[in-house]
Amino acid sequence: MISVIALFIKSTISQGIPLLFGSTGEIVTEKSGNLNLGIPGIMYVGGISGIVGAYLYEHSTSAPSAFLLILIPLLSCLIGSALMALIYAFLTATLRANQNVTGLALTTFGVGVGNFFGGSLLSFFNEKGSISTLETAKCFKAYLPFADKLGVFGDTFLSFGFLTYLAIVIAVIASWYLNHTRPGLNLRAVGENPATADAAGINVIRHKYVSTILGGMIAGLGGLYFVMDYTGGSWTNDGFGDRGWLAIAIVIFALWKPISAIWSSFIFGGLYTIAIQMPGLSSSSKELIWMLPYVVTIAVLVATSLRKKRENQPPASLGLSYFREDR
Amino acid sequence: MGQVAIELKNITKCFGPVVANKGINLTVKKGEILSLLGENGSGKTTLMNMISGIYFPDEGHIFIDGKEVTITSPKDAFQYNIGMIHQHFKLVDVFTAAENIVLGLQEKEKFNMKKVAARVAEISEKYGFEIDPNKKIYEMSVSEKQTVEIVKVLYRGANILILDEPTAVLTPQETQKLFAILRRMRDDGKAVIIITHKLHEVLAISDRVSVLRKGECVGTVDTKDSSESSLTEMMVGKKISLNIERGDAPKEPIDRLVVGSLDCYNREGIKVLKDVCFTARAGEILGIAGIAGSGQRELLEAIAGLQPVRRGKILYNNPVNGAQENLRDKTPLQIRELGVRLSFVPEDRLGMGLVGDMDIVDNMMLRSYKKGNSLFLEHKEPRDLAERIIDELEVVTPDANTPVRRLSGGNVQKVLVGREIAAAPTVLMAAYPVRGLDINSSYVIYNLLNQQKQEGVAVIFVGEDLDVLLELSDRILVISSGKVTGLVDARSTTKEEIGLLMTKGSSMPERGAEHD
Amino acid sequence: MTERVKKEPLMHISKRADLVWWKGWIIRAVAIVAALLVCALVIVWLTGYNPIKVYAEMIRGNFGTKRKIWILLQRLAMLLCISLAVTPAFKMKFWNLGAQGQVLMGALAATACMFYSKSSLPSWALILVMFLAAVISGMIWAFIPAIFKANWNTNETLFTLMMNYIAIQSVKYAVAVWVPNGSGKLPILNPSTHAGWLPDLFGQEYVVNILIVALVTILMAIYLKYTKQGYEISVVGGSENTARYVGISVKRVILRTLLISGALCGLAGFLLVSGTNHSLTESIEEGMGFTAIMVSWLAKFSPITMVFTSFLIVFLQRGASAIATTFQLNESVADILTGIILFFIIGCEFFIRYKVNFRKKSKEGDK
Repeated sequence: MISVIALFIKSTISQGIPLLFGSTGEIVTEKSGNLNLGIPGIMYVGGISGIVGAYLYEHSTSAPSAFLLILIPLLSCLIGSALMALIYAFLTATLRANQNVTGLALTTFGVGVGNFFGGSLLSFFNEKGSISTLETAKCFKAYLPFADKLGVFGDTFLSFGFLTYLAIVIAVIASWYLNHTRPGLNLRAVGENPATADAAGINVIRHKYVSTILGGMIAGLGGLYFVMDYTGGSWTNDGFGDRGWLAIAIVIFALWKPISAIWSSFIFGGLYTIAIQMPGLSSSSKELIWMLPYVVTIAVLVATSLRKKRENQPPASLGLSYFREDR
Repeated sequence: MGQVAIELKNITKCFGPVVANKGINLTVKKGEILSLLGENGSGKTTLMNMISGIYFPDEGHIFIDGKEVTITSPKDAFQYNIGMIHQHFKLVDVFTAAENIVLGLQEKEKFNMKKVAARVAEISEKYGFEIDPNKKIYEMSVSEKQTVEIVKVLYRGANILILDEPTAVLTPQETQKLFAILRRMRDDGKAVIIITHKLHEVLAISDRVSVLRKGECVGTVDTKDSSESSLTEMMVGKKISLNIERGDAPKEPIDRLVVGSLDCYNREGIKVLKDVCFTARAGEILGIAGIAGSGQRELLEAIAGLQPVRRGKILYNNPVNGAQENLRDKTPLQIRELGVRLSFVPEDRLGMGLVGDMDIVDNMMLRSYKKGNSLFLEHKEPRDLAERIIDELEVVTPDANTPVRRLSGGNVQKVLVGREIAAAPTVLMAAYPVRGLDINSSYVIYNLLNQQKQEGVAVIFVGEDLDVLLELSDRILVISSGKVTGLVDARSTTKEEIGLLMTKGSSMPERGAEHD
Repeated sequence: MTERVKKEPLMHISKRADLVWWKGWIIRAVAIVAALLVCALVIVWLTGYNPIKVYAEMIRGNFGTKRKIWILLQRLAMLLCISLAVTPAFKMKFWNLGAQGQVLMGALAATACMFYSKSSLPSWALILVMFLAAVISGMIWAFIPAIFKANWNTNETLFTLMMNYIAIQSVKYAVAVWVPNGSGKLPILNPSTHAGWLPDLFGQEYVVNILIVALVTILMAIYLKYTKQGYEISVVGGSENTARYVGISVKRVILRTLLISGALCGLAGFLLVSGTNHSLTESIEEGMGFTAIMVSWLAKFSPITMVFTSFLIVFLQRGASAIATTFQLNESVADILTGIILFFIIGCEFFIRYKVNFRKKSKEGDK
């Protein structure tokens, strides 16, 4: 029994991590008043840039170093997702385009980029089959050597690659940054009331850029985790599925709090796990379980709007672009 | 009283063709409270916004501690230790007082909310504020929010404080507390400028008074040498003849609209209309005078069915069938369905009277589009009406299909007034219909109102320029802080009399238990 | 002038007071040309082929054969139908991102009618029942978020977004129930009797779809521009305060408009099942729910302009997949190109709405 539970917890954690990266990134972005619906696209790009970086490096050298095997995919993932977020920030903050339209276009673009390179990268090199970067994945999956010697506990909680722990650390840091630092305070003010922030001497546009790009990079890591750790260094088109949208759902479910996003991600991850792995479950009941996260999210959204508790509302200027002379 | 803290020399600021400030000179010394007195639109706030970095003057110089300075942004103003408390608070609702106070500051020391709270407590103790640094803004009363704004400015080390009508939102007790704090600041050597138009407050708090009128500074006097009547005289000035052609008042006036014992509360639960009674008569212009925000807007909106009424009656005598209708608690639609021909030119033209993104023709339809049982809109009539208004009122526009947002203020107003008059009203209410308009457009509007009066319409005109009120109206109703303080005959009264009525018994907003 | 130093920023951005309509279209045209140039660069970089050849291939992919033209028209009709559906809500500033879900629920209802009726109904009656079921389902799916928006101001963007995934899962659930073998693929229904299939017209299977959408386009253009209800939508979208001032019930307009929006999405779902696929998958709407949002927004909510904007998008997507086949690339290149073009068009709106004034080099401003 214990081993079944342990297996369930392990699977839940690995399902939850991409969601946690995505939702933390989106929270950081939304706190500046930017509703970035391009996050699903950014996560695809984060994944594909990581895997392309890994592939190029693995094919350029015969004796890859573990350090570079981690560093290169990590950097290429961060650069890829940052560029995506930059497109969004430029269009919405500088050119004041509609956030919903821009975000959806970005997701179209990002999913396209992911699937395109995922599907045709090899043909550029006249190779056949599908991409796989086993060496890199091995490094990303490496865990502390003594973890599995610690019995069930070690196996269940310590046998993950570093990105797993990084996701939790980033969420904790994000929470601390938003709630206990000066720039975090200023950032929240931008999302709540940009005119007030502007009058207090805060550079609204710069804050929107920084938080959107930072948020995009965090979310991109979710894509990297998925391709390296979860699928073991391979790419399947549309394999990432609707996890990006689920991450946006978690933002609502967690009421825009990164710490709550941690356990929310694991709850959603657990539901995913049940749906996939529960023995004896008919395929139709699986689909119903899969539906649960969204139903619950709507319930939370409705409940917060009915209760009108101010702390639980979305950032007040979410979705609006700011133009000083509109005041 | 010490050296000069801030000096303004020959400050001029124009907005397009409108001159808001013209050659203003002003000095404030350290350790004194200066009142800036003037009617609405006299340029007080514009002047102060130039000190606090919101606007940049077209001409003139600003000296602080004897040195000339350039203030281009609120940040610059902070650097010169100038702090302004605006009428509309700039606070983030979901933040605590302390968080709002340190917002945007770039202090070197580590960010520590406990230390901030301690400093806030220190400032509070020094000047006598009562403030809980950890309370959220949305849980605060208006007066608490104002306290946060003041502490915010002091926290940033302001030596020159500007308060824009700080008492407008306060109860008398709260006002007394604020004044005590201001006096303590003065004794601490700070320079305080307070914008107001309540004379008794000016006399109670300030050391000197500067009076603005129509963008110009008409004089500065020591408070101890002045009285309510001398200040009123400075504020309203000598009567200027405008040559508005006023028709005769009707010989046997018919009561068209009878308002009795009206009470209203605004959204914050503050009582904004108190026992208001008056009658509007057919063939007469009833002017409503009062300081802005004394309840004029709520009064008109209550009659139009847009503002919930707590107590009282609004009776309409229908000239067609002689029936008497109570308009209270009816929606605008229900009022129209009763056959009441009520037209309303609201203060907020593009936000309420018109839709900015729609063209002139579509805006013509706003009132009348529902007519008839057809599913479809009738385009011809509104188009003809639009053409007629453009033609008769000389609206400057490329064509009738131009969105009204693109028209200038005067032309927007002509479109709105034209439409409201075209509905052939029996009651026409107009709130500040000439605000922001040039002279020619203003006269077009005056003539239209007079014409309506001649045709037997009961016109209610809310104005801010006393000269206009005196020449245009037949009778003038004066309200102050939501109460009627007088009803005078416009032909025999004087500006001074109205000015005194406008400020009489002011500043008594009462808080209601709850709003509707 | 004194020695005062005016700190004037490098650029000053102000709202344009007026812009002649054709200048706006020139700006948009320039943006599209620029976008096509960037796309060409991307294509050259990815494939090394001559971009002109590639664009020629795109045109051939769309218009090459009669069959291709019919598919193009059919795609255009479907995208246009969904775009029309979301338009009235957008005009009211209600961000209905839930078209996907509303279409799917319509499609699900229509398929369910087909699946359960077997041959108990004559085809015309079945089609009628399918139509009604689809339209009503779409309406319900749009009405739910509308109720919460109208009464409690619940964020409709997030609400409708979540409703999409509930709809997707509902479709998957239904398919799993109907196809117990776990393949998750519903076979084409009534392949021999064609019961519940929209009939061919002039020997073409898509003509009915196209005609219906053409009719809807005209009706929607009339509805928005010439009816009282359409007028009320513009007023509520323009200023809720003005709506109150003239006695329009904002709540009622929101609910009514979302019913229309949902009904048209349901219609699209019906057309996809009855007129096109005769089957059901969760990806039956192929992302058109989101694309429609962009189509409607790019057309400035004008139904007639939407014919062109949806043509642009469909042309690109069909063209790109043709390139993909010919040059052995991945189909997703279509999404990349669509994305790039959308970025340019979205960005160019800024230059239509705002004027950028650069600082004058000489100080001629100071007289």
